[in-house]
Amino acid sequence: MILNVSHTTTYNYDAPMRGAVQSLRLFPSRFDGQKVLDWRVEVEGGLCGGSFRDGAGDRVEGWSVRGPLTQVVVRVAGQVETADLAGLLRGHREQVPPMAYLCETLPTRAEPVLVDLARSVPVSADLLDLAHRLADAVGAAIVYRPGVTHAHTTAAEALTLGEGVCQDHAHALIACARVLDLPARYVSGYLSATSDGIAHEAAHAWAEIHVAGLGWVGFDAANGCCPDDRYIRLASGQDAREAAPIRGIAQGIGVERLDVAVAVDAAQQ
Amino acid sequence: MLSRTADNLYWIARYMERAETTARLLEVGARIALMPSAGHGYRNEWDSLLRASGTAAGFAQKYGDPVQRNIESYLFFDRDNPSSVASCIERARENARIVRTALTTQVWDALNTAYQEMRQLERTARSELELTQITEWTMRQAAMMRGAIDATMLRNDGYDFLGLGYALERADSTARLMDVKYYVLLPRVDFVGSGLDNYQWQTLLRAMSAHRAFHWAYGGDITAGKIAHFLILNPQCPRSLVTATSAAMGHLDRLARGYGHHTSAQQRSHAMLAALMETTVEDIFDEGLHDFLSRFVREVGELTVLVHDAYLSGEAR
Amino acid sequence: MATEYFNEMYEAGAVRAPYARLEDWTRAMPAEFRQMKQAEAEALFRRIGITFAVYGEGGDPDRLIPFDMFPRVFTQSEWRRLERGVKQRARALNAFLLDVYGRGEIIRAGRIPARLVYQNEAYERAAAGFIPPRGVYSHIVGVDLVRTGPDDFFVLEDNCRTPSGVSYMLENREIMMRMFPALFRENRIEPVDGYPDLLRRTLASVAPAKCGGEPTVVILTPGHFNSAYYEHSFLADLMGVELVEGADLFVEGGFVWMRTTEGPKRVDVIYRRIDDAFLDPLCFRPESMLGVPGLMDVYRSGGVTICSAPGSGVADDKAIYTYVPEMIRFYLGEEPVLQNVPTWQCGRTDDLKYVVENLCDLVVKEVHGSGGYGMLVGPRSTSEQIEGFRARLLADPGNYIAQPTLALSTTPTFVNEGIAPRHVDLRPYCLVGERVELVPGGLTRVALTEGSLVVNSSQGGGVKDTWVLAE
Repeated sequence: MILNVSHTTTYNYDAPMRGAVQSLRLFPSRFDGQKVLDWRVEVEGGLCGGSFRDGAGDRVEGWSVRGPLTQVVVRVAGQVETADLAGLLRGHREQVPPMAYLCETLPTRAEPVLVDLARSVPVSADLLDLAHRLADAVGAAIVYRPGVTHAHTTAAEALTLGEGVCQDHAHALIACARVLDLPARYVSGYLSATSDGIAHEAAHAWAEIHVAGLGWVGFDAANGCCPDDRYIRLASGQDAREAAPIRGIAQGIGVERLDVAVAVDAAQQ
Repeated sequence: MLSRTADNLYWIARYMERAETTARLLEVGARIALMPSAGHGYRNEWDSLLRASGTAAGFAQKYGDPVQRNIESYLFFDRDNPSSVASCIERARENARIVRTALTTQVWDALNTAYQEMRQLERTARSELELTQITEWTMRQAAMMRGAIDATMLRNDGYDFLGLGYALERADSTARLMDVKYYVLLPRVDFVGSGLDNYQWQTLLRAMSAHRAFHWAYGGDITAGKIAHFLILNPQCPRSLVTATSAAMGHLDRLARGYGHHTSAQQRSHAMLAALMETTVEDIFDEGLHDFLSRFVREVGELTVLVHDAYLSGEAR
Repeated sequence: MATEYFNEMYEAGAVRAPYARLEDWTRAMPAEFRQMKQAEAEALFRRIGITFAVYGEGGDPDRLIPFDMFPRVFTQSEWRRLERGVKQRARALNAFLLDVYGRGEIIRAGRIPARLVYQNEAYERAAAGFIPPRGVYSHIVGVDLVRTGPDDFFVLEDNCRTPSGVSYMLENREIMMRMFPALFRENRIEPVDGYPDLLRRTLASVAPAKCGGEPTVVILTPGHFNSAYYEHSFLADLMGVELVEGADLFVEGGFVWMRTTEGPKRVDVIYRRIDDAFLDPLCFRPESMLGVPGLMDVYRSGGVTICSAPGSGVADDKAIYTYVPEMIRFYLGEEPVLQNVPTWQCGRTDDLKYVVENLCDLVVKEVHGSGGYGMLVGPRSTSEQIEGFRARLLADPGNYIAQPTLALSTTPTFVNEGIAPRHVDLRPYCLVGERVELVPGGLTRVALTEGSLVVNSSQGGGVKDTWVLAE
């Protein structure tokens, strides 16, 4: 499938800031399921700094904007050709060993509720099967409902609440997988439309679990499926903060307001 | 040089100068307290001294009425008073510790010794301390510090930032001191030239450690005109506005030359000095001493901001 | 009691060769003269400004680290062996770091357990796949050594991040030379004052490829409230480089710049004295005010070199320490010159059993601890202390290692009663850049309390000048 992406992130400040620095992971991953046809990233009025591919295989670009400023606008536009690999991250080059994804972080800490959920899944020698069941269990335990959780909600909190958004599903799945000693990580990216064809928030997140013999496999517990050709994978990390497509800081006392506009559509063929 | 280092050096000088100014104020106050007519006027005097050091509000909040002993504590020892001698020396020393390597051993020694001795003074029972002892001590420390700077510092940009700090602080404090005297003690024009007035003006000269110098320079009776000339326009007076402005300009010129880059701070200092050179005492009284001084204090403030933007903030490109 | 320990000056009643001339020196020194000199030394230290603050303690922030005037002496041949051993270790540790952030050959070869490395909290995923200039991760390796006999040296631990204390090595020498010039005429002592220049050259030699011309080196300090601030400013001064704080630096256009009175100036090499976690709020702790936002992006894209490289801590972890001899064999194909102290990993069931049964004879340390805190010295602890520690140990065994209580050597030390033996250790500072270098000397720390084996300055330790005699 060919997907068109248009993604604009605007930070507004209520007082002039001295300057801003950003670290962007806004580039589609290189693996067999994705091929970039066209991709442009720009920070308005900014200066592009160093660019590199990190140990997890993500491309990173540093940007800075000189102040005084009251607004930072990050624009992404491009076209990606995707293929359905049933969630497999085939052909992705990275240097961080899977085992390094077994450490817990604040939002993915294995609180008792998460341990219970992970242990409630029938043990299976087939790790892929086990991972699927974990994803299903998380999907069932947390009902999709926007607005009840926030950026700093932990997996345990969302699970206790029984409601949340894709970030909470991903965190919970990661925590459960790690309880069973399966390396797991957070992935951020785009999703064009749900299987029923209804458009929705196109900035998306899911989890990847490392299955011995297969490698990394994506699981979208929020949607009860594995990422396919409707998904574009951008960046990964231990949790949402680490996998954030935009990490930034503006120097000054102004209060920040964030506006995001994302559109991901299948191109007419 | 790092902008932060320049900023630290600049503040070392400002704090040391400020400590000295505070000590002078204390000395004057103590002198007046020895006068037989200590009464209403005496209290006014302390009040005006507190005003001159910009600490009147802080003092009133902490102690209420000005009582000499409290004033001594507040102006010398009190860490709640950012302009107290103790606060200033401590902050100067802390700034120096940060940029220790930008100073010569002698300068560090002078400042560090001042700090260590001050801590000793703080541990001494107050009953064993004469006020003159501590004010003279402060002026001696300040003089040793300046002496060490003059004798041992390389004449590089660091020297100029120290010099700028001294010059700008001095310009500001001389103008404020005069302004307070004028404003508080001469609310009505018909007081000018009266005996009271003369006495207050003498006090002002003492506050600048300048009464003897003044007599040498002018002789005869003290008049408001002579004093204004001496403290504002006379380049021989070490604390006059023209001397301080000219010193600031000199340092800004040297920095601009050394860096090969002119700044608006430099331009402004030239303009200020040129204007002072063309001014006469008559012009000042025509404008009104208070208005003149207020304007000057504002201009020094603006110059300070320009210096900050050009060198100290680190934002200049 | 004292006879159990190797005394570096007296052996079987006779004076050992390196200390021969010191015997006369001390014998000829009247007590009043010694006290006068001691006061002089203290005044010098205070004047220069060498003081340190102790973490977590109140009291005088300008406390002096106690200086003992009795030097500690090595012969040339003793030193040569130490030098060979320390350099060997520094090379192996760097090879290890390059390997674990690259292909991980030593793990694939089964010589070090993967979990110990990749699940180590000091393993930095942000460093994976990066090859720093000249392949060097740890540019200053501090190796803590103890001695138990004439030829028996043990490595207590390695410090690959930012080992501190080198300013004391330099100042102790400076002060000794000022106070006892005659001693230096009588004994031919190898100089250590070339260290700052060697350090500067080492740092300049790892400038990024993008740097044209003479590299600009800076030292990054957490600030003047840090207990080691004096050392930071001292080194910056001797090296002739700027001492910067995070706020003095900013990133733009793929480079790091410092804010100067003449405008931005590009920085090529940062010798940082702050922890990884505080380097860059965009990459590590978001609340860090000490670092430089965007620094890691510039670093990874080759715009600046950070010394030591982020992630270096994985090599000096106390659990990894056990495997250093294995690293030396694996990467260098050599046998270790310096021995490791036998170490029990409390995370292993068998080891834990032994440790718990023998607590009163062992030294038990936290894997990530430092500064002598959170450790148990079995033979010097009360039974309540041991029981309290046992509970903590059992609650989280993986967090502890144990070692036998070593019979640390003693050297003569000036104490109130005169001269008495006190236990010492040694930290030499190995520099790794274009070349591997070691100045002949190091920091000798001495436990000033009689019988104490803890030499940390935060726990009543002092320092001595360390001599290496020329041939």
